[in-house]
Amino acid sequence: MNPDVVIILTAALVAVAGSLLGVFLVLRRQSMMSDAISHSVLPGIVGAFWISGGSATLPALVGAAMVGLLTVGSVQLLERSGRLKADAAIGVVFPLLFSVGVILVSLYFRDVHLDLDAVLYGEIAYAPLNTLVLGGREVPESLLLMGGLAALNFIFVTALFKELKVSTFDPGLAATLGFVPAALHYALMTLLSFTTVGAFQSVGAVLIVAFVIIPPACAFLLTQRLAVMLWLSAGIGVLASAAGYGLALWLNSSIAGMIATVLGVIFVACVLFSPLQGLVATQQRRSRQRQEFSARLLLTALHEQTLAPTVSELASRLEWTPALVGPALAHALRAGWLVERSGRFELTEQGRLIQHASFRDVS
Amino acid sequence: MGGLTELLTDYTLRNVALGSALLGITGGVIGGFTMLRRQSLLGDAVAHAALPGVCLAFLLTGTKAPLWLLLGGGLSGWLGALAVLAVLRQTRLSEDAALGTVLSGFFGFGITLLTYIQGGDNANQAGLDKFLFGQAATIVAADVTTMAVLAAVGLGTVALLFKEFKLLSFDPTYAATLGYPTGRLGALLTSLAVVAVMIGLQTVGVVLMAAMLIAPPAAARQWTDHLGHMLGLSALFGAAAGVSGAVISAGTANLPTGPVIIVVASVLLLVSLLFAPRRGLVWAGLAHRRRAQALRRHTRATPEAQP
Repeated sequence: MNPDVVIILTAALVAVAGSLLGVFLVLRRQSMMSDAISHSVLPGIVGAFWISGGSATLPALVGAAMVGLLTVGSVQLLERSGRLKADAAIGVVFPLLFSVGVILVSLYFRDVHLDLDAVLYGEIAYAPLNTLVLGGREVPESLLLMGGLAALNFIFVTALFKELKVSTFDPGLAATLGFVPAALHYALMTLLSFTTVGAFQSVGAVLIVAFVIIPPACAFLLTQRLAVMLWLSAGIGVLASAAGYGLALWLNSSIAGMIATVLGVIFVACVLFSPLQGLVATQQRRSRQRQEFSARLLLTALHEQTLAPTVSELASRLEWTPALVGPALAHALRAGWLVERSGRFELTEQGRLIQHASFRDVS
Repeated sequence: MGGLTELLTDYTLRNVALGSALLGITGGVIGGFTMLRRQSLLGDAVAHAALPGVCLAFLLTGTKAPLWLLLGGGLSGWLGALAVLAVLRQTRLSEDAALGTVLSGFFGFGITLLTYIQGGDNANQAGLDKFLFGQAATIVAADVTTMAVLAAVGLGTVALLFKEFKLLSFDPTYAATLGYPTGRLGALLTSLAVVAVMIGLQTVGVVLMAAMLIAPPAAARQWTDHLGHMLGLSALFGAAAGVSGAVISAGTANLPTGPVIIVVASVLLLVSLLFAPRRGLVWAGLAHRRRAQALRRHTRATPEAQP
């Protein structure tokens, strides 16, 4: 297989596997759990390395899942004790576990093939080089691993879609329906731990947070529907993987880092230009509403006049500057509320109705 | 006490210990306010967001002078904090998603720049990546002076505006009705967190900085209900973690300072959670058992209460 294709495909699979879970983290307001888990899987990887005596994938997955659940459990325990708030609990647990991991690596694995840099920001460029023979063909290991994880997460999300949906938007209802939200929560976190470890060879344990959280955060700004949000975030992840790879080749920089950068840029674009609630759309809506409101005020000023006024007469009557009168007048003319006759303005029949409707309650 | 005599005589260890102590004190005091305002993880986002600034400062100046790198890091960390606040104000995303997005986006950009620098033929770049974990051993007297100036700025601001910050942390609405500029005061507290992060970059690094703003104040909170006492204790815990972390890691080969400081701070927190008077979980558990026993005795003594 073409190495470029392998790299882009692996990155895209990391993004799809991560963002399928990330959608639920963002909606459940637990995004920072992915930051916590991504840091705290380090001792799990080290422990697995220790026991298995090499960088085998399966023990690493099991070790990471165990430490991932330990993280989630400790955060909940600290929070339940009532002595710490949720954010402080997260902020205490993951640095401790991460520190333990770093200390273990520094003390015992200094010269072994367990490079801290690799764990932290991965090297997806090596993805085509590590291959397995499967059915007589050489298949890149991380491609296979991430493909498996993406499929696992996809099955989880589609099979339990209804349960996840209800427990995300209405945990109380989910509990009364017998869905056991806690079990779903731990299942989600276990899969997140798996995905984090699966991705650590390619994108690293810290950058995985970008792949998990940013696409769902973008999609959240673009849609109000859960299913659409899932598809959109997967699509954004794939798009950013391809674009990030191209840019990284051009600048000779970290591929995973560049993909995360592209994701950040896409997020900024969503904040600005989302048709639903982007800054630009909101500003436009506001200025339209302002214009409409001032046009309606204009109608009252006209309503009480027997002689049709000119622009300057309108301005002085409303105590507005000409800059305010202009757009309001334009809006009213466009809407057909007014007609202009040789520089003077008169209400149309429709304008009279609108004026009456707008100020019925006030007068 | 071999560690203690070494602390007084060894030049490197003295600088590391002093720098770590300054970090512990400043992080403890400023972290106290961020914890009370439930913005604990903002420090994590700020620390990660500092990385691109460190790299950009290096690209622009071509030197590894800590002052420039810290200024660059501080600036981009501050931009990161503003970005979090802007996302919260302008979108319907919740706080955790805003933090996660800014943190990972900025950090990804930082890694991109870092690898871009490493890919270039600049021989001077070695060691720039130490900002990820901190490398306390490289701290020299000039760095300690920089840290001391930053700490003085941070702690001085807290001392000057103590009353305002206190009200803002416990009752922001009341502070607003009194006419305090709550928005600007909040932004100032966030900027102080950036100052604390700048002090911590060289010692504990980007990835572990969050804990220096959280663990000491969280431990101090268990011992007292009084804000002034809590900040004092928090500074003490932070300094203790910093100095003992430096001494312990100096005593063993290959033991990195930053993570050891975090472990010591976490142990202090664990002890506080379990054994602090009144809020300690051990005492609460014992009291619960005593009450349960008393209740059992009581029901046994009054048989008519039994079914």
